[in-house]
Amino acid sequence: MNIHEHQAKELLKSYGAPVAAGVAIFSADEAEAAAKSLPGPLYVVKSQIHAGGRGKGKFKELGPDAKGGVRLAKTIDDVVAFSKEMLGNTLVTKQTGDAGKQVNRLYIEDGADIARELYCSLLVNRESGRVSFVVSTEGGMDIEAVAEHTPEKIITVDIDPTAGVTEADVAKIVSALALEGDAKADAAKLFPILYKAFVETDMSLLEVNPLIVMTDGHLRVLDAKVSFDNNAAFRHEELKSLRDLSEEDAKEIEASKFDLAYVALDGNIGCMVNGAGLAMSTMDIIKLYGAEPANFLDVGGGASKEKVTAAFKIITADPAVKGILVNIFGGIMRCDVIAEGVIAAVKEVGLQVPLVVRLEGTNVKEGKAILNESGLNVISADDLDDAAQKIVKAVQG
Amino acid sequence: MSILVNKDTKVLVQGLTGKTGTFHTEQALAYYGTKMVGGTHPKKGGETWSSGVDGTELPIFTSVAEGKAKTGANASVIYVPPAGAAAAIEEAIDAEIPLIVCITEGVPVLDMVRVKAKLEKSKSRLIGPNCPGVLTPEECKIGIMPGSIFSKGSVGIVSRSGTLTYEAVFQTTNEGLGQTTAVGIGGDPVKGTEFIDMLEMFLADEATKSIIMIGEIGGSAEEDAAQFLIDEAKRGRKKPMAGFIAGLTAPKGRTMGHAGAVISGGKGGAEDKIAAMEAAGIRMSKSPARIGRTLAEVLKG
Repeated sequence: MNIHEHQAKELLKSYGAPVAAGVAIFSADEAEAAAKSLPGPLYVVKSQIHAGGRGKGKFKELGPDAKGGVRLAKTIDDVVAFSKEMLGNTLVTKQTGDAGKQVNRLYIEDGADIARELYCSLLVNRESGRVSFVVSTEGGMDIEAVAEHTPEKIITVDIDPTAGVTEADVAKIVSALALEGDAKADAAKLFPILYKAFVETDMSLLEVNPLIVMTDGHLRVLDAKVSFDNNAAFRHEELKSLRDLSEEDAKEIEASKFDLAYVALDGNIGCMVNGAGLAMSTMDIIKLYGAEPANFLDVGGGASKEKVTAAFKIITADPAVKGILVNIFGGIMRCDVIAEGVIAAVKEVGLQVPLVVRLEGTNVKEGKAILNESGLNVISADDLDDAAQKIVKAVQG
Repeated sequence: MSILVNKDTKVLVQGLTGKTGTFHTEQALAYYGTKMVGGTHPKKGGETWSSGVDGTELPIFTSVAEGKAKTGANASVIYVPPAGAAAAIEEAIDAEIPLIVCITEGVPVLDMVRVKAKLEKSKSRLIGPNCPGVLTPEECKIGIMPGSIFSKGSVGIVSRSGTLTYEAVFQTTNEGLGQTTAVGIGGDPVKGTEFIDMLEMFLADEATKSIIMIGEIGGSAEEDAAQFLIDEAKRGRKKPMAGFIAGLTAPKGRTMGHAGAVISGGKGGAEDKIAAMEAAGIRMSKSPARIGRTLAEVLKG
């Protein structure tokens, strides 16, 4: 789960991290009061969407010369004017795709006098199996570009989970970022704070870009991006209210209610598969035979009949879907359960498009028998190649 | 020969009393009499589990340590729900179970960071989590792989994906090649065992004449494995291999079901992995339905 910058900063602030004063607003009417509550004389008006590249992003509805999604305001009148211009409009950034994202909330923040911009993130390092700090002196820009052109400027520090952030770890980070004086003293507190917040709330990513050294010599978290590990959601009731459903695809929200792994795509063949690897391969093979998948959908290992029914309904509700491919290789998942779920769903919502079903594995005979005896117009397939060719042919005519 | 498990492997089940544990223990017992020796449950120690299929009874122990002491178990399989899975692995590590297989999907990644640190200082090997398990045909089935698709033979199979493991097994059976052992190492970003460890075992196993390796997007385990194979080939250790990578059409930045299947920070894409594996001499199949056929073609030369 991703959250907005202002929520991430509030969370980090509660752990004692240095962040600027700021107020989130949802309508332009709130802009003046928000700005007045801040010290001034500089303000930053920041679009809150779940995508990066906001500063360089452009609003679809405004002209190409209009300012971007993050704006510096020198007066309260500017804050109000910017808020009116930005709220409700669609911001297109490098990460949003051409469709862009509607800006429904803004964060009005106290301005800072920046001396240096640094990069700091925490992530789960798959190579070492540790939580790692990734830091660089090249902050405020696209870190992927830094990684590509000057990889030597990115330093990774693995943290031992039993010891936590040690003085030696902090010293490595301080040296990598060339921090001195007050900033060095701040670092001794900040990096353990960031690690504590990361671990205690089960984050999967915490990115501070930039982390700044201000002209007064102190550190400040200027931007913050946080993602949480969905697998740990069960132990974080307190974070549930941070979810912003307006940032998510409606079909993906529906799928998440049934604990289905679903990703909406642009094609016209709906897929229902068990297992992430097979689901990805099913997309790949559809493409190999010249068509495009409408979605990724993994019904998971121990799906119930209800879950399969829900999955089928989500697929058929997508108007772009012109054919459905069900591909199941049952291990933990039993083919008879899949067959019953498909039949229950078809009885409930009807079947307007061709349906190809390929079953293999545990209880395959029972599954095939259930489908054959159902009287449904199901095209059965012997293997994945056969299934993919049949559904592509059925859709393309 | 085989790797990891054989007819002498004695398996303890953590989470036997649940629905999933029960179903797959029944299946394991039915598979050439895999030596399932008991289960554990903190509150049901002393009770008896009985199979709904043929009435086979297994003792339930309060802890893994007790179960190991009383049965001589040298492997455990974990069907515990995600919230308790890491603790179950840690209990098995403390009991010094040599082989721990965790089937559970959805274990919080920071729990696995903690487990991994403990594992490194231990005598145990962990397979998984979020994996289908390990199976040596006609000898031992640990986990959830469907036994009916296997046949005894000469191919070693290692995969990050459960269902793609089944595809490779089924296809090598249909090609008449059969398997020595199939191992699903799991789809999580932090896991007990990576490709390299399994490739090392398959290279060392005399009965394994060829190897299938199946990867997917995310991370760099496939690239690391490819480099390992290149280094081993220079030392004169090499076996014919076929491979497949899932996720060629996956969009960047989206997690594709498996927590570890995500292309992020410009890394982990399918093209790079396919190129690395080809450079290591692995014949890559474009279609997941032709992995077995691809290996058969390699073997024909």
